[in-house]
Amino acid sequence: MLTISAELRAKIVAHARADHPDEACGVIAGPAGSDRPERFIPMLNAERSPTFYRFDSLEQLRVWREMDDRDEQPVVIYHSHTATRAYPSRTDISYASEPEAHYVLVSTAEPADEEFRSFRIVDGEVTEEDVAIEPE
Amino acid sequence: MAIEVRIPTILRSYTAGEKSIEGSGSTLDELFADLDGRYDGLRERLIDEAGLRRFINVYLNDEDVRFLGGLSAPVSDGDTVTVLPAVAGGAR
Repeated sequence: MLTISAELRAKIVAHARADHPDEACGVIAGPAGSDRPERFIPMLNAERSPTFYRFDSLEQLRVWREMDDRDEQPVVIYHSHTATRAYPSRTDISYASEPEAHYVLVSTAEPADEEFRSFRIVDGEVTEEDVAIEPE
Repeated sequence: MAIEVRIPTILRSYTAGEKSIEGSGSTLDELFADLDGRYDGLRERLIDEAGLRRFINVYLNDEDVRFLGGLSAPVSDGDTVTVLPAVAGGAR
């Protein structure tokens, strides 16, 4: 299960809406081993594409080092789908490389009602999990 | 001194859990060949026939090696090579 604050959930959705129709992506870092998403880090989508995302390689190095220095890990890795459902695509599954992360997908296909779902992706296996929202 | 190579979580099964390993060589290609002798299978996860795998980022110190000549990038003692799987995906 992913437990996330209402504030962080709202930040992910706002980022996804702002970049629509391109896919938005980012990370929420948290203390290593805590499984608690705390620090919101919106990332550039180097592809600037409505159907694909990729972190900018130098920005990723900087952010990953920063997490290392702070003894954090990427607790949540999020991205949006802008015309399809919030479910991992074959591409998402084949590139998933953080077995401990919660992969959050947001669909902005519906203007008024976003879909917000969380998955584990380990060795090509997708498992959806519940999302618990902590009130502010 | 040697060249430090930082290994991401997902590839630590090739390094007995080590976060950081050491190797030698005068180019990235030679460094990976050197590592392959001790960490069986690691090289194959980093490169294929065409060169560096598309969704593996390799950095020499602070630079993406794609901007430094890829596998022919020169390396020397004291350098740090960082491997990070690209974070990518999408609806396509």
